[in-house]
Amino acid sequence: MSEEKKIYDKGKVLTGLILFVVILAFPFLYNSGKAAPAPDRILTEKAKAAKECIEPKAFMKSEHMQILNDWRGSVVRDGKRIYVSSSDKEFDMSLSNTCLDCHSNKADFCDKCHNYASVNPYCWDCHIDKPKENK
Amino acid sequence: MNVKYMFSLIAVIVLFLLAYVGVEAAGLQILFGIVIPYVALLVFVIGFINRVIGWARSPVPFRIPSTCGQQKSLPWIKSEELDNPHTTMGVIARMFLEIVFFRSLFRNTKATLSDGPKISFNLEKWLWLGALAFHWSFLTVIVRHLRFFAEPVPFWVQLLEKVDGFFQIGVPGIFISGIVLLAAVFYLFLRRVIIPQVNYISLSQDFFPLFLIFGIAFSGILMRHFAKVDVTGAKELAMGLVSFHPIIPPGIGVIFYVHIFFVSVLLAYFPFSKLMHLGGIFMSPTRNLPGNTRAVRHINPWNYPVHTHTYEEYEEEFRGKMIEAGLPVEKE
Amino acid sequence: MSDPKPNELIEKIDYNPSQKGWMDVPVEIRKGMYCYASNPKSVEYVGLPHARPWNPLEEDWKLPENWKEIVHKAFRERLDRFRSFKVFMDICVRCGACADKCHFFIGTGDPKNMPVSRAELLRSVYRNDFTTAGKILGKVAGARELTLDVLKEWWYYFFQCTECRRCSVFCPYGIDTAEITIMAREIFNLLGLNIDWIATPVANCYRTGNHLGIQPHAFKEMLEFFVDDIEEKTGVKVEPSFNRKGADILFVTPSGDVFADPGTYTAMGYLMLFHYLKEQGLNVTWSTYASEGGNFGFFTSHEMMKRLNSKMYAEAKRLGVKWILGGECGHMWRVIHQYMDTMNGPADFLEEPVSPITGTKFENAKSTKMVHIAEFMADLIYHGKLKIDKSRNDNLKVTYHDSCNPARGMGLFDEPRYVIKNVCNNFYEMPRNTIREQTFCCGSGSGLNAGEDMELRMCGGLPRANAVKYVHDKYGVNMLACVCAIDRAVLPVLMEYWVPGVDVTGLTEMVANALVMPGEMERTTNLRGEPLPGMEE
Repeated sequence: MSEEKKIYDKGKVLTGLILFVVILAFPFLYNSGKAAPAPDRILTEKAKAAKECIEPKAFMKSEHMQILNDWRGSVVRDGKRIYVSSSDKEFDMSLSNTCLDCHSNKADFCDKCHNYASVNPYCWDCHIDKPKENK
Repeated sequence: MNVKYMFSLIAVIVLFLLAYVGVEAAGLQILFGIVIPYVALLVFVIGFINRVIGWARSPVPFRIPSTCGQQKSLPWIKSEELDNPHTTMGVIARMFLEIVFFRSLFRNTKATLSDGPKISFNLEKWLWLGALAFHWSFLTVIVRHLRFFAEPVPFWVQLLEKVDGFFQIGVPGIFISGIVLLAAVFYLFLRRVIIPQVNYISLSQDFFPLFLIFGIAFSGILMRHFAKVDVTGAKELAMGLVSFHPIIPPGIGVIFYVHIFFVSVLLAYFPFSKLMHLGGIFMSPTRNLPGNTRAVRHINPWNYPVHTHTYEEYEEEFRGKMIEAGLPVEKE
Repeated sequence: MSDPKPNELIEKIDYNPSQKGWMDVPVEIRKGMYCYASNPKSVEYVGLPHARPWNPLEEDWKLPENWKEIVHKAFRERLDRFRSFKVFMDICVRCGACADKCHFFIGTGDPKNMPVSRAELLRSVYRNDFTTAGKILGKVAGARELTLDVLKEWWYYFFQCTECRRCSVFCPYGIDTAEITIMAREIFNLLGLNIDWIATPVANCYRTGNHLGIQPHAFKEMLEFFVDDIEEKTGVKVEPSFNRKGADILFVTPSGDVFADPGTYTAMGYLMLFHYLKEQGLNVTWSTYASEGGNFGFFTSHEMMKRLNSKMYAEAKRLGVKWILGGECGHMWRVIHQYMDTMNGPADFLEEPVSPITGTKFENAKSTKMVHIAEFMADLIYHGKLKIDKSRNDNLKVTYHDSCNPARGMGLFDEPRYVIKNVCNNFYEMPRNTIREQTFCCGSGSGLNAGEDMELRMCGGLPRANAVKYVHDKYGVNMLACVCAIDRAVLPVLMEYWVPGVDVTGLTEMVANALVMPGEMERTTNLRGEPLPGMEE
């Protein structure tokens, strides 16, 4: 019995375990050891010249979606279009006219990170990626 | 105050503090972000395999399925292949329904005794529903997390995210699975506290994983919606792990480290706990065998010879009486 | 001993256990709830260890010096031999789905009768002795040391489980308390801690071939007494044969049916059925050596089960029959269906069972070569081979009790129902959650059908009785049919206690009453001597 240490139903048990390991190893196999660093944020000349976005970089990184969401509410529901930043500067609440004015390189600046994190904002459903088309 | 769950609650709080202080005060990002996750995964995989092999080292001497439906006997009697399978296909179907839809739990009833006396058995689907909600939402959450572990993100992960985020509430959008998971864990906890019978049998190790998973889901939701962390940084760290180029990107919020520490603890705890029911359900001899023992002989590997009382010994003792009674005997 | 009244039992039931930790409540072995200790002579006869007189109520159980060592070793051995045991020790999540599925819990409200608690009694020691977490964390991890009190608690509660497997139907992992109880009882037997109601039938069966210790000549005499009885009631003289070489079929049935009413009427039924079929080619013999279908060895240990069961194949081989026909019995059929071939097979000296009357091949029994009488009769009726006068059972309003073992250890559901519906006109099912795979135990199975544990039996039988009461009140059901000899022995007492006015019958008794025998005189009474419908004066 215990002394012989035999594995019973070996075929079935091992098949199951191999399946278990393969499923677990999926991310390791899928990426086959390729590192995938986060894409660099490429800034346009205009953005570089501006030095700072409407809020500090770290805040923008994690909260930009929230700002845009608030802007939409404010503009569409309350008709208020002016955003006052924490440093008391005023901005027009507009994705196309404010954000994309500097960050006109949507494919590089927005999409790369969004794709990396598998985020599909529905902003682009309406705001087609051609900035300033109506200015 | 109930000692059983207080112990587990305190344990989870201590774990939280460990990660929080470890990262925030001691700067142990490498420990919590790289070393512990790797170790935990190793413990999980090796521990899990060991446990299953351990079970497999014990044979199944008898074919003892719980037969929950009509056997296959006469050709004109309909057998219930799902509840009393007699073929391998039937067993696979039974196991599939058991594992994927918790079919046995679906039968659950609640016994009540009223005057008369009258005992009635009412359907009680809450446990089934709660368990189903818990396991399925957890699975969804796990699969969804592949967006952090795969680059490019596979289309089916994106599809799942789309379905899961169907309601498009808030930015980032709320995932239904997260809410369901949190609610289901809370329900499973509540029933352990409120239902006297379940409370009676609950041990601290029944509460610990619930608190831990609650912590995991809660910290996850927290960093998505409230105390946001740098998502690309999080993915960079995760990708570093799965590509064996571990790095600690700067500036990911501390909650992220708490989150992966909880996950690591769950993984490492898994093989040594009742959570092994994940593997065990596949190995349960009352479910994974066909009910055809009279048609196909089952072999017991340790079947050993036993002392029996042979007919010869029997006749030897009773021969006189047998002859007198006119019973045939071997030796006159 | 004054047994409690039904309402006194009911008043005691409370499904909400106290919140005191179960480990902190020591066991109290209560009169009426346990069976007497094994007679040392019986234990000795079959060569089991530590035979001695002892009394569960006394402080000192006169255990062997190294009893803890014995338990530990036996536990380890069983973990290594039975995957079921090992897996069931490890994977329970204590979801509580099984809690109120056990008839003993429903009937007593004792929280340690919840299947999960029962298993935890053993699991707590398992965790302490065999798992790392338990060794390190102790009580926090739900582990506890094996002490004399723990052993006594085991003994008390594992002899309050009838191995009916109802809990395993509801468990999401199929954890089967019967399996756990079987292991616990194996361990008890290594310490000489069996109950006498099991130990003595086992010794009897080993020696004489049946639990009741009926010796060969007496066995023959008892059946011959039935022969006279049948002749008196039907005018037909049946001629059973015993230990006859040259027969095609060996018939084995529980000895209880030879011994006590109402099982005796079922035994008469067999005799009549075989006689009826004789002309159509049935060539069957009884055996005095293998005169027991039941197997109390199953309630002792796997080894003892095998030792007792071996007689069936041995006798079939000696007599040179083609296959074996089995009578109505509960755990007998679990043993035959799920164990016999594995333990004592292969039965390559027998032939695949074929009904000599209908030509039906019983393919479901092609390896074990043993057919259930209900399967056999259903096939006969289906092929129109039995001349039946259903109206003779018109005085009966019948319901059918699925016996646990043929239900959950075999799947025998529709054959008996088919037979009943073809021999009587009034059949009513009990509520769905109390029949078929969800059937309730009689409360006295697995060797607990003694006299001294009557309170336990009445408690355990309550859910079954209550379902009978439902159809008794609603449809006027007056007859409870079953296919188990223990049922026939214990259900009459249970009915008397909870549902007066309901009697108990075997399947074959009803068939025999309705069977129109060639050459019979006008039948005025049934086998019990009660007037047939229309014959009352």
